[in-house]
Amino acid sequence: MIKQRVLAHAAAVALAASLVAGCAATPSRVDPFEPMNRAFFEIHDAVDIAVMRPAIQFYIDVVPQPIRQAVSNFFNNIDDLISAMNDLLQGDLDRFGNDMGRVIFNTAWGFGGFIDWASMVGIERGNQDFGLTLGKWGFDQGPYLFVPLLGPTSVRDGAGWITRLYVGPTGYINDIPLRNTIYAVGAVDLRAQYTEATRLVDTAALDRYVFIRNAYLQRRRYLLYDGKPPPEPEEKQ
Amino acid sequence: MNAMGPMLRRILALVVAATVFHVAPALAQEAPDALVKRVAEDVLAAIKSDPQIQAGNPARIREVIEVKLVPNFDFARITALAMGRNWRTATPEQQKRLTDEFRSLLVRTYSGAVSQYRNERIDYKPLKIGPADTDVVVRTAVIRANGPPVPMDYSMEKTPDGWKCYDVVVGGVSLVTNYRDEFNAQIQSGGIDGLIKTLADRNKGVAAK
Repeated sequence: MIKQRVLAHAAAVALAASLVAGCAATPSRVDPFEPMNRAFFEIHDAVDIAVMRPAIQFYIDVVPQPIRQAVSNFFNNIDDLISAMNDLLQGDLDRFGNDMGRVIFNTAWGFGGFIDWASMVGIERGNQDFGLTLGKWGFDQGPYLFVPLLGPTSVRDGAGWITRLYVGPTGYINDIPLRNTIYAVGAVDLRAQYTEATRLVDTAALDRYVFIRNAYLQRRRYLLYDGKPPPEPEEKQ
Repeated sequence: MNAMGPMLRRILALVVAATVFHVAPALAQEAPDALVKRVAEDVLAAIKSDPQIQAGNPARIREVIEVKLVPNFDFARITALAMGRNWRTATPEQQKRLTDEFRSLLVRTYSGAVSQYRNERIDYKPLKIGPADTDVVVRTAVIRANGPPVPMDYSMEKTPDGWKCYDVVVGGVSLVTNYRDEFNAQIQSGGIDGLIKTLADRNKGVAAK
């Protein structure tokens, strides 16, 4: 519990510092901290290649697909609960009904979320988070940030992450080794889902840092507008 | 003779009608959504049925993509869009090399992505299109066995050679938009020739930064 709080505070301080620094930067650019972000990206990437990628490969080779799916479902169920909270904060009662229905259904009959019955009967996931809620409340994305181990984010989405650390259900687990195990498995599960994307970036990108930044910002904009983003101001040809 | 007149005319009318009905669909352009569906299903079927592709033979996959998919893309337009305002500053020779290298990179990337396909199928959304429309987005979703569907939208433009694709948007991420910043960054550091060299290096298998 304490460790998590310390982590959250440290992240909050770093974010506050970057907010202050952000005011000094040229407002036109989405990535005023590019030198710092690139340095963090290098660290992240080195750890990813040395530790995460082999660990993921091991996880995929050793753990059968149905079990990996059950693990994903378990963490998705927690995400659905977070999504339901955000639906309420956004005043989207339709989506709240869907997400909360999913959580109740899957927790009760899916052995605590290991089976995703709700998706099987076609109840779609809301996929809302605190970053999107802040966006819908009118907060701008703010400067782009690359945080080692977490990956691409922004001042707004990062603030969302910190909120999540405080309110997420894992905060209520007092058994530290158990909680850390859940974090570790969660991280492996999440990273495993990006295996295909990693392969794609490795082939497609001229500069992976820039490629990931653009893809992240485009994706978040798409989610913010519920899959129907208005056209971006076109660059003159 | 008098009786043959109407008879002949009737046969003639029939022949004309038959010809018109046969030729008309060929003359009219294939609708963009029909084109996307035909090509996507064709590629998917080829990938699933080819044992060499299933075994992971990259040359074979690339061949399928080159023959079936590439003719339906307007790579000059894609490259020009990704270059943005830099396109005009490039010489015709540079434009040609850029288009060729970018095309190779996209084919390689696309081949790598679809070679992973096993149980995937594609869901085609209905398209609203007017007779005067020359620019449409055909929406599809790749349905996967594990994991949520991936929305995949094709921006299509009407050309004299039929509808051509000039952008692909995967889960809200546009190919053209994504490369615009990458191209810009490369041009700022090494000029247009620098960008051509980076693209060529990537196609030769040199890893990205």
